Amino acid sequence: MAAPPSAIEQGIPSQADAATNAIVFENVSIAFDDQVVLDGISFRLAKGETKAIFGIAGAGKSTILKLALGLLKPDAGHIYVLGDDVTQMREAELFELRRKIGMVFQESALFDSLTVRENVAFRLLEESNVSEEQVEAPVREALSFVELENTVDKFPSELSGGMRRRVAIARAIITHPEVLLYDSPTGGLDPVTSTTIVQLIVKQRDVYKTSSLLVTHRLQDAFTMATHYFDRKANEMRPLPPGERGEVPMAFLILRDGKVIFDGDAHELAQSKDEYIREYIS
Amino acid sequence: MAAGDFLSRIELVSPTAFIKDKVQAVQDYAVLSGRAIANLFSQPRYFADMMQQADLVGVGSLPIVILTGLSIGAELALNSANTLQRFGSLSLIGQLVSVGMVRELGPIITGLMVAGRNASGMASEIGSMVVTEQIDAMRALGTDPIKKLVTPRVISTVFMLFFLTIISDLLGLFGGSIVSSLLFGLDWHQYWNTAYQILVFQDVFMGLVKPVLFGFIIATVGCYYGISARGGTQGVGRATTQAVVTSSVLILVVDLLVTKLLMSVFAYR
Repeated sequence: MAAPPSAIEQGIPSQADAATNAIVFENVSIAFDDQVVLDGISFRLAKGETKAIFGIAGAGKSTILKLALGLLKPDAGHIYVLGDDVTQMREAELFELRRKIGMVFQESALFDSLTVRENVAFRLLEESNVSEEQVEAPVREALSFVELENTVDKFPSELSGGMRRRVAIARAIITHPEVLLYDSPTGGLDPVTSTTIVQLIVKQRDVYKTSSLLVTHRLQDAFTMATHYFDRKANEMRPLPPGERGEVPMAFLILRDGKVIFDGDAHELAQSKDEYIREYIS
Repeated sequence: MAAGDFLSRIELVSPTAFIKDKVQAVQDYAVLSGRAIANLFSQPRYFADMMQQADLVGVGSLPIVILTGLSIGAELALNSANTLQRFGSLSLIGQLVSVGMVRELGPIITGLMVAGRNASGMASEIGSMVVTEQIDAMRALGTDPIKKLVTPRVISTVFMLFFLTIISDLLGLFGGSIVSSLLFGLDWHQYWNTAYQILVFQDVFMGLVKPVLFGFIIATVGCYYGISARGGTQGVGRATTQAVVTSSVLILVVDLLVTKLLMSVFAYR
């Protein structure tokens, strides 16, 4: 068994840094029933970057996403999202900020009493006094992005797990948010469907330049994202030409025992000498 | 062995922690109720959701309200007739059913019926949304779940219970009139005449204030237990049961307090 590596020491980001980054975590701690889940973690998500978060079950990966969205409040520390300190904001103020953020939940969290159309259009219908006819075009556009245009009148219960995940992505991107948070988008899916979803995330990163935090257990998905780019002309994901690895804005973050033990790109991860990390990626 | 296992699994809670837990629950309930009311004065207002809930609570509860109203009025007439006959005052049966139904039985029976049907429905629906992260998704999409889910339910339940109680009162009187005329040969016209004349403003006021309070209790308690649901489907089931029990008990307690208060205010006869 590898010895626990030391946590990464990072300088405390200033609020000015927070304005230039999409997300900044600053010494964030949270515990549930006396069990410390995150213990003073700090990291940054640069604008336009996609950062994959790894860690064993219960390491606090999903908690990071919920903290970034203001769904949970940390016990200590500050979290800046698009320049705003979410730890100091009231719920009513957070609703405004959340309109700039999209989230894909682990189990999709689609509204089961609404059709796919109503699910995808939910944010548009809530945000403005628009009719259902007026949202038809953006709904179709979002669903065509995930290649599910033919499911508009279906209910979530009539869709497969992979389709539900893609509808959740369509719902998250319909307003072209500045930040996207993916909670295990490929978890429990077959390899073909997983690849489709990875392709959608890469497309979102390379076409819309959206900043994203991605929680996953599947290292191969993150490596695929780090070694592929989205070809707009061919409308498909393609491997980076040899020698261009590291050219895509993709980073990795590994959690252990409530601490960040790695924060860097795919090349640095592959070069890591840390036993735990080597064991993790092997 | 089995008993030992069972005892070892019992989690002992200190009295302080227990009281703290209950006080916290009351505080959370008060905050939820306060926000549900405060949301009435801010945009957006979800009229479509209010209409949908009004249909579910009002139209959906109509059959049980009709049945219980009719049967309670008939039973009240049937039970009181024997006593009144002993004193040769059978003609007062209309008055007795009228005051009993309008002031007390109509609101409370309707409240309890609607609580059984709708507090459980609200708790299970919202509870299921909580455990499947739909409430978190709603918050993530920039929508206030209390404004979207709780406020429309509170408004609709208060509004519809008011009218359901009026329907229940009338049907109770009707049930009493059927029993009085068919079983005891009382004149139909006399029954309705005395039933109408005995009622004063205070009776009607008391009978119509209660459904407003009961409606508020049913919706807020149902939604509170739904939002507080934890622990998967088992938690939702527990929330549903607790919602019905708590709302029913609260209805009975509030009924007693309101009756006493209004009697004092009106210096009741």
